[in-house]
Amino acid sequence: MSAVSLKNIRKTYNDGKLVAVEDVSLSVEKGELFGIIGPDGAGKTSLFRILTTLLLPNGGSATVDGYDVIEDYKSIRNCVGYMPGKFSLYQDLTVEENLNFFATLFNTSIEENYDLIKEIYVQIAPFKDRRAGKLSGGMKQKLALCCALIHKPTVLFLDEPTTGVDSVSRKEFWEMLRRLKEQNITILVSTPYMDEAVLCDRIALIQSGKILSIDTPKKITEQYPGKLYSIRSANTHQLLGDLHSYDNTKSCFAFGESLHYTFKSEGPEETRALQNHLTVLRHEEVVINEIVPTIEDCFIHLMSNES
Amino acid sequence: MKTPVIKANKLTKRFGDFFAVNEISFEVYPGEIFGFLGANGAGKTTAMRMLCGLSIPTGGEAQVAGYNVFTDTEKIKKNIGYMSQKFSLYEDLTVLENINFFGGIYGLTDKQIKEKSEKLIAQLGMGSEAKKLVGSLPLGWKQKLAFSVSILHDPKIVFLDEPTGGVDPITRRQFWDLIYDAADNGISVFVTTHYMDEAEYCNRISMMVDGKIMALDSPANLKKQFSVASMDEVFFELARGAKRKAD
Repeated sequence: MSAVSLKNIRKTYNDGKLVAVEDVSLSVEKGELFGIIGPDGAGKTSLFRILTTLLLPNGGSATVDGYDVIEDYKSIRNCVGYMPGKFSLYQDLTVEENLNFFATLFNTSIEENYDLIKEIYVQIAPFKDRRAGKLSGGMKQKLALCCALIHKPTVLFLDEPTTGVDSVSRKEFWEMLRRLKEQNITILVSTPYMDEAVLCDRIALIQSGKILSIDTPKKITEQYPGKLYSIRSANTHQLLGDLHSYDNTKSCFAFGESLHYTFKSEGPEETRALQNHLTVLRHEEVVINEIVPTIEDCFIHLMSNES
Repeated sequence: MKTPVIKANKLTKRFGDFFAVNEISFEVYPGEIFGFLGANGAGKTTAMRMLCGLSIPTGGEAQVAGYNVFTDTEKIKKNIGYMSQKFSLYEDLTVLENINFFGGIYGLTDKQIKEKSEKLIAQLGMGSEAKKLVGSLPLGWKQKLAFSVSILHDPKIVFLDEPTGGVDPITRRQFWDLIYDAADNGISVFVTTHYMDEAEYCNRISMMVDGKIMALDSPANLKKQFSVASMDEVFFELARGAKRKAD
């Protein structure tokens, strides 16, 4: 039995005028760290709210831990942990009071499941008497995670836990998730940051309510069609413009200090021709290398195909 | 050398005994894309609020677009552009109404607003969306429109606070094309971001740690200085030494 299963889930708003989720099917296995990767407005939060029984789908069916999201919503609420994208704890309760409150709601105590949260809680324990509203962003995030875990959920839903968080704190957060996974908790996490995809066991790439691809990050990048090149020169901005107006360019996107490039027709001769073309345009320090695509390259490719 | 658009000297903001911003000094030049980076809680927002004339510093000095951040805050507000992920446009006004509204706020004449609207809508290819409510547009379009509106009055400098957060990867790159266009037209761009690939697109980067600017140089020089291959690693090297873990 899958930990989470969705079949043809559809969600619309404004009397069907706005389609947030369109025919989404996927399943998440027990103990998996599954990422839902996509930009704002892709439908990630709608999916999470359907799975945590806070929103009814307009079509399709879904189960969490074997329970139906409509029929068995009460059972689901008992066994899942949910950390919404927006901080939703009680701002005027202290750190400890919030945690106690959530433990009590689920008929348990902090002591009973302390092992599960220990590693995260020790980092906020020095502030246990501080009101949640007065915590910094990073500490709020840790407290919210503790509150979502305190009843030892079988499935943990994390909606954009790292949005707006700096890259060092993002790394720390993902290390926490890896360690939680070892405790055999199924984790569904959504993120707009493509670089976080590689930290998941499997991912679903989602855009405008539709799944673009579901697989392991490795397999998704292996399915990238054709060859991808990295091109650099001393003047990246100029290079981008020149490549956009080059006849044999299929796609060209900036990726940090280099450009990621695909040819319409490719081969050693075409690469040499491009090299010459750039030399004629007086580009200096031109380097063209074939590279392994990232998840972001794949997302861009799949997105372009859709539209 | 050209006159800087921002000139900050030991700029400080102190709340009680807490130095949110502690003696930062830097200059931003016309047409420069200046990346303002730092971990959460490093003091970026406070520094930006002072530079936009929204918060009076407690020490040091700074000029923005030629105006003093202590005494000329109203003039600063009129002469800069500002856009953030959180606040950009009015969702329940149409594209054209938003342009009219902001044009009016910035003191443009009706004639100027009309010319600017036509040019802007053509540039963004939004002809068929001009009379639609902004709330009905995809996020990426909203952000591109918000940026164009923030420079409607041809400011000397525009402040962008995480302008591409949550935006899809193609739109994110289109957004940077707009930033480059603005810089080519002589507008300085002061930008914060959590995407380290975007740090590479800036001419110069400042890295704030615990209220101070700990590094300031071009991305290439910073990588050389720290002997690392990417801006992500530069950020990591600097930010992991941070004592403050605020928001």
